[in-house]
Amino acid sequence: MSAEAHYTPYHPKWYRRRVSVWWWLQNRSYTTFVLRELTSVSVAFFAVLSLWQLRTLVQGPEAYAHFLARLRTPLFLVLNSMAFLFVLFHTVTWFNLAPKAIVVRLQGRRVPDWVVAGLNYLACVLLSGAVIWILRGR
Amino acid sequence: MARPLTPFLWVLFSAGGTIAALLFPVHLFLTGLAFPLGWLEAPSYDVLHGLVKYPVARLYLLVLISLPLFHWAHRFRYTLYDGLQLKHLTALIAVLCYGAALAGSVMAAYTLWSIH
Repeated sequence: MSAEAHYTPYHPKWYRRRVSVWWWLQNRSYTTFVLRELTSVSVAFFAVLSLWQLRTLVQGPEAYAHFLARLRTPLFLVLNSMAFLFVLFHTVTWFNLAPKAIVVRLQGRRVPDWVVAGLNYLACVLLSGAVIWILRGR
Repeated sequence: MARPLTPFLWVLFSAGGTIAALLFPVHLFLTGLAFPLGWLEAPSYDVLHGLVKYPVARLYLLVLISLPLFHWAHRFRYTLYDGLQLKHLTALIAVLCYGAALAGSVMAAYTLWSIH
């Protein structure tokens, strides 16, 4: 019995078709899928922006004023508009998928998808109202 | 990526996605558009500073920043694998994405801690 297993260095290569990096542009639903996945970039962008705002609160009124002024520049207005659209797209796709992820049963009957999605939209509207009320200018 | 971590990371992805879906549109609309364009008056430094002193507000902000960062890490990781076909860089990409989310969360916690 040999101590070491002996393998031939050669093994046949499987045939694989090369797929273009732009595979997701060839089909509408693939494009939607990739755009949905890319909404995460906007999510991260706004999380970092919030972190930045928070740091200016530690640094003092001058830093906060500087932050507000920076947000009024065209660059940030364009970035924030794009991020807003992507984040909205995330919200819509996330809520519409929620009934698939959470199956709620009441008295043995499955709660319809539109109810689960609708409750998510309702929560979103109520929370948005609360946030606007708390952050309104005083 | 160690297998036992996977469900935990998925929970972070899912919780972060829900937080972002519920709260990011309104915050982004206010901070990014309504305040800078003067549609609504931005809260003054004193008002915001006063709000952030409440422990509840700090917890809210930590959740608002940290969980969506982990949501991003998870989604972006798979976008890089599939979109750019970088499957061979799995470990490196995972470390970079989750590492960035962790760094952002630690920085948020530290910043919230140092507000007086």
